[in-house]
Amino acid sequence: MDGLTLLQQLVNGLSLGSLYALIAVGYTMVYGILRLINFAHGDLIMVAAYVAVMGVGLFSWPWPLAAGLAILVTGLLGVILERAAYRPLRRAPRISLLISAIAASFLLENLVLVLAGGRPRAFPAPAWLAGSLELGGLYLPRLSLVIPAVTALSVGALFFLVYGTATGRAMRAIAADWETVSLMGVDVNRIISLTFLTGSLLAGVGGTLWALKYPQVNPFLGILPGLKAFIAAVLGGIGNLAGAVAGGLILGLLEVLIVAAFPTWAGYRDAVAFGLLIVILLVRPTGLWGESLEEEKL
Amino acid sequence: MTRSTWLTLASLVLLAAFLAVAERYGNEYQVRLLHNTAVFITLAVSYHLINGVCGQLHLGPNAFITLGAYTAALLTLTPAEKAANFLLTPLIWPVSEVSLPLAPALVAGGLVAAAFGVLTGFPVFRVRGDYLAIATLGFGEVVRVVANNLQGLTNGPLGLKGLHPLGSLGWSWGVAVITVLVVHRLKNSSFGRAMQAIREDETAARAMGVDTFRHLMLAYVLSAFFFGVGGGLLAHLITTISPGLFSFFLTFQLLIIIVVGGLGSTTGAVLSAIFFTLAGEWLRVVEEPRQLFGLMVPGIPGLRMVIFSLLLLMVILFFRRGLLGRREFTWAAATAWLTGRFRTGAG
Repeated sequence: MDGLTLLQQLVNGLSLGSLYALIAVGYTMVYGILRLINFAHGDLIMVAAYVAVMGVGLFSWPWPLAAGLAILVTGLLGVILERAAYRPLRRAPRISLLISAIAASFLLENLVLVLAGGRPRAFPAPAWLAGSLELGGLYLPRLSLVIPAVTALSVGALFFLVYGTATGRAMRAIAADWETVSLMGVDVNRIISLTFLTGSLLAGVGGTLWALKYPQVNPFLGILPGLKAFIAAVLGGIGNLAGAVAGGLILGLLEVLIVAAFPTWAGYRDAVAFGLLIVILLVRPTGLWGESLEEEKL
Repeated sequence: MTRSTWLTLASLVLLAAFLAVAERYGNEYQVRLLHNTAVFITLAVSYHLINGVCGQLHLGPNAFITLGAYTAALLTLTPAEKAANFLLTPLIWPVSEVSLPLAPALVAGGLVAAAFGVLTGFPVFRVRGDYLAIATLGFGEVVRVVANNLQGLTNGPLGLKGLHPLGSLGWSWGVAVITVLVVHRLKNSSFGRAMQAIREDETAARAMGVDTFRHLMLAYVLSAFFFGVGGGLLAHLITTISPGLFSFFLTFQLLIIIVVGGLGSTTGAVLSAIFFTLAGEWLRVVEEPRQLFGLMVPGIPGLRMVIFSLLLLMVILFFRRGLLGRREFTWAAATAWLTGRFRTGAG
């Protein structure tokens, strides 16, 4: 692999990694607060893609309107999900909560399958995104520039929310000890709803970008990015926002580089992430920048 | 022998008689449904061992079912049939020549699955809770990806065709009965008590001297073995297998079964497996086009799964204990209930 090819792959890996990062941040936020893997998070990506597809392709809305609506719908859906499927189980055993999340994920997938049909749909990308720039032999699709830029903006806004506002302080406090926080007069339910809203809005942004990058949508498209984003979150140390971003970038770059270095392994590409997960669990179960698991030791 | 043992033996004889009659007089569809029921009992009860008894959310049964299915299928096909299956990439050598009867092939399927259980158990049981769930789920995905790509062994996405159909009902029900008896005995042994202690409070169990890792590993590997055997049966029941068949969807079905039956109850897992195999067939109606009051209603694909996922959500939200909770069927309770009914004349 010469320098130019390597640079090209780095560009590809960066855009994939940014997408993972964007989704992983949502996982990590929800996990940080509820200690729940929100299995339905990946399906929010799918819903965002579908809303955008339906808006542009079926109702021929202008592109910004469709994308904006997709993000908004996804955000609200995340809040509804928390209200309907997770909040009633807040004092139930953890296994119930996890099963509820799996059921919610299956419900979303199959509801879309029933409503929109199983036929994959082509995603109509706006013309201004289609082209690519050439820079001294380096081939830069516009999308590969837009995705990291949008990710940087969204994640920046999130960091400001979490570390720069009173709401963010409440979020972090709940993550540490929500029972105490609720005694201090913070409306825990409202903050948890807000967390789901933020995480799901980011999933909406990620879903729209995902559909632009892989312009074919089907009801099950969210499963794989969802799982990989979770692995990215684990890699960075779950609950740690900056770790999730780093984990997403590492995972995206690794996936692209491994396939570039060993083209015959291309079929195993989706197994790379899980192999990495097993390694992390064996070597450093709490991730690269994770805190201790708070496991009761004897 | 105690009275319960006699009653168990008697009901097994009754079951055998019923199966013999069903096989003799039932039509092909009914016999197939009975096979299906037995295979799902096997899978659900082994799943219950790790999820219900030990309380560890394991999301990778489909991986072990795949391993068992492919192992058993590759062992029972004759060399000529294998050659006919593997057109693009020839099957690798030692596997291409062997051909075994069904029974050793099923056991081999179970053993291969159990061996992978031992291998994956080490990383998996280093963590608990959500991490364990996602690690096992990941294992399921890896097995699927590998089965799709390892063409010299699995024929890739094309899958294997023309497996020898499963013979008498004795195969599927024999395995189901053995699984239920083994899991039931294990659950009530000191090992099983320790496993349930881990489910309730791992730290307390460890303080009482329970070797957590060893107990979880035992349950995990034993369930992997039965998943493998069940997978082998499933493969020979449907006679055509491909990696897509053993997706997470299969795991999801098993999860619904044990949650609805009551996490922790073997009886619940059995009853729920029977119910869902039959209900799944009835619900097929909603996905087929049909005549309704003179109107042609088109079939809606996916509706069955919507109903299933809603059901799972309802059960976990409102009937958290499932059908039976953690209660088990016992002969003592059954006879007490029956005699009580006779005495009060309520029956």
